[in-house]
Amino acid sequence: MLTVDHLNVWFGHHPDRVDAVQDASFSVAQGESFGLVGESGSGKSTILRAIAGLIDTWSGTINVAGRPLTARRRDRAFYKTVQMVFQDPYASLHPRHSVDAVLSETLRLQGMDDIDRRIARLLDDVGLGRGFRFRYPHQLSGGQRQRVAIARALAAEPRLLLLDEPTSALDVSVQAEILNLLADLRAEHGLTYVMVSHDLAVVGHMCDRLAVMQGGRIVEVMEVGALRQGTARQDYTRQLIAASQGYARA
Amino acid sequence: MNQARPAPSRKEWLLSDAPQTRRQARLGALYQGWLTFRGNKLAMLGLIVLVGLIGMAILAPWIAPQSPFAQNLANRLQPPSSEHWLGTDALGRDILSRLIHGSRITLFIVGTVALIAPIIGLFIGTVAGFAGGWVDQVLMRITDIFLAFPKLILALAFVAALGPSIGNAVLALALTAWPPYARLARAETLTVRNADFIAAARLQGAGPLRLLIRHVWPLCISSLIVRVALDMAGIILSAAGLGFLGLGAQPPMPEWGAMISDGRTYILDFWWVAAMPGIAIFIVSMAFNLLGDGLRDVLDPKGAKE
Amino acid sequence: MTLLSVRNLRVTFPTRQGTFEAVRGVSFDLGRERLGVVGESGSGKSMTGRAILGLVRPPGRVTADRMALEGQSILNLPERRMRKIRGRRISMVMQDPKFSLNPVMTIGDQIVEAYRLHAGGNRAAARQKALDMLAAVQIRDPERVMGAYPHEVSGGMGQRIMIAMMLAPDPEILIADEPTSALDVSVRTEVLNIMDRLVRDRGMGLIFISHDLNLVAQFCDRVLIMYAGRIVETLAARDLHQARHPYTQGLLNSLPRLDAPVGRLPVLQRQDSWRNGDTITESLETEFPGGL
Repeated sequence: MLTVDHLNVWFGHHPDRVDAVQDASFSVAQGESFGLVGESGSGKSTILRAIAGLIDTWSGTINVAGRPLTARRRDRAFYKTVQMVFQDPYASLHPRHSVDAVLSETLRLQGMDDIDRRIARLLDDVGLGRGFRFRYPHQLSGGQRQRVAIARALAAEPRLLLLDEPTSALDVSVQAEILNLLADLRAEHGLTYVMVSHDLAVVGHMCDRLAVMQGGRIVEVMEVGALRQGTARQDYTRQLIAASQGYARA
Repeated sequence: MNQARPAPSRKEWLLSDAPQTRRQARLGALYQGWLTFRGNKLAMLGLIVLVGLIGMAILAPWIAPQSPFAQNLANRLQPPSSEHWLGTDALGRDILSRLIHGSRITLFIVGTVALIAPIIGLFIGTVAGFAGGWVDQVLMRITDIFLAFPKLILALAFVAALGPSIGNAVLALALTAWPPYARLARAETLTVRNADFIAAARLQGAGPLRLLIRHVWPLCISSLIVRVALDMAGIILSAAGLGFLGLGAQPPMPEWGAMISDGRTYILDFWWVAAMPGIAIFIVSMAFNLLGDGLRDVLDPKGAKE
Repeated sequence: MTLLSVRNLRVTFPTRQGTFEAVRGVSFDLGRERLGVVGESGSGKSMTGRAILGLVRPPGRVTADRMALEGQSILNLPERRMRKIRGRRISMVMQDPKFSLNPVMTIGDQIVEAYRLHAGGNRAAARQKALDMLAAVQIRDPERVMGAYPHEVSGGMGQRIMIAMMLAPDPEILIADEPTSALDVSVRTEVLNIMDRLVRDRGMGLIFISHDLNLVAQFCDRVLIMYAGRIVETLAARDLHQARHPYTQGLLNSLPRLDAPVGRLPVLQRQDSWRNGDTITESLETEFPGGL
């Protein structure tokens, strides 16, 4: 479904050029859920944004559904295949657009018909219900906003969903609801996920395989089973797992 | 609403957190804004004054006691009295009637400038901010050139070149008033340009024009409206200044600035000739300022919501 | 002894739909201990911290039967007297150091100023104190950091600098509002170690406000669980996993765990009775009367 080969992403120009991602390679099979973990600045979100076409300073190859992507603008077919859910539900919804406006614009842009019925379906799919259709973002809680953002991503009926820390801004009880929702949607629509997170437990719960990143490089690609048993090959991964177990008094 | 519970009152319907229709949602948002605005007493005062001004302009021929142009040289420079409430000017014209008719000119100037300048500014500012790169550079340097001249001087130069008339004065004012709006709009655009909701719309395949009009403009317009309302006072004064210098409305039009200009020869002996239009300008400028403050509470997303 | 004693604290805000009670009758005592305050967003945990510091802005209103710092009431003190307490006797560390540091002053100047504001003294002495404080929070090159501006340091270092600044006047109580949520796990451990050591060495009382149950269980001595503006359960941190209130249990269960994978996460079913029903309080008084 997705292959990334020797991906480099940079910002700025020489001599201030920052190499955010260096020589990253991984592949994600159809229907798989793949995690990218690492600390802030490790380049995990940058990889997602490069795949989504929000950054165009990259080199290497990215293949989505067998088609190679170019650095320049993506075509309509791409946006029908790949969609993204952002980290901060407070920043990813336009403050002056109601849920209805967000979803109907999206559906129209994706060339869908029968918009009223589809909006109702999307809202049901993400567990919001039709009563939410005409609300504005400030009338929604964080979890409800994230559900709207997920509905927006699903509107195009994509096959690959890029999830950028979708629950890190939410309370733990809401996180559980959103993670369950994402799991249900994946089973129902046969979606492929690439999920970025700093929380190993979340990735361990959601994903089949994961890549550990440090300083722009992929340190290790591993099965979730190895993560659970703590049988990581690299020191850095083991440190990360130890640190995520919580605080041990010095 | 076919449930058994009692129908909500109109207020509850408007303030509902779960609107049922697009119309209810929109009206609810408006009503919320109105409630905030109404909480500001001074802003309400400004609004009342301005509504009064508009009413006066519409009804001018019916409420003015006399014709604004009727001269009566036998009756010149009369102090305020029961017959001429605000006195008469050097040609014996009733000052009150001239002020009432002059409100139409004032509103025309204000309305036209308020329509042209922010639209030019919004367009240039958001395009510059959104496109970035050389487009931004070129547009902002042009803006800087306009900003480098004092407004009134630039307006004077325009009017001098185009010929003195009320239309040209308005045009000159509009052409000199847009640069601050362009700067403001650009600054607002820069803050939202990289927001996630713009990225999300981009991922739906939205093109730059749609992003600009549907996503960026709605966030810039509110701060522009506030700024325009606050600038109105300055525009009225500039228009009066042009009138005063003889470059705006031409006699015998009852433009307020020109009226002050006419009265300045007699200001020591017959103070009311210049003072009455001066007070009118003061009141209207003040009203716009108060209105602007109130609108800021309602519209400015940074200030209000806590 | 009890450093801070709070009884029936309420914080209310007038809104168009009536008054909104952000904090509804919170009572607790703080000794020389690490007291965790846990709850979801909107539970009133941050507002409790702000109310203690007198940082609730009008039209918000703070009332309490008692809010006493070492027996002396600090409830609704005039701003001028509160300012003397704030910083000198009770300090606060916020979530994001970026917003708490002045971007146009060097870090050294900010610490020196904060210190002199409370302790007076000449610049040279204050500077030496600032250097000591930076060393105390494990900053390796304090001289260089003193001359740096906030944007030139990383998030973790910024947070340590905030702690240094807050601790310079030797406060008796430190209120830390999500001090590590913006930090990576590796930096988080370091920052927590620093706070831990300071609490132990100086006998400070720490109120640690957080949404992270596991972290609080491991770091603190005692935990207050807040829900909808009230404390629903108080218990020793080591017993957190034996919590009895269904809300606390629900929160714990909804966390995904590496060591115990589940197919679906149990979702918290909120009950109306939690808002006003029974609370579980083992003891209101602190269990650490003589300090740690």
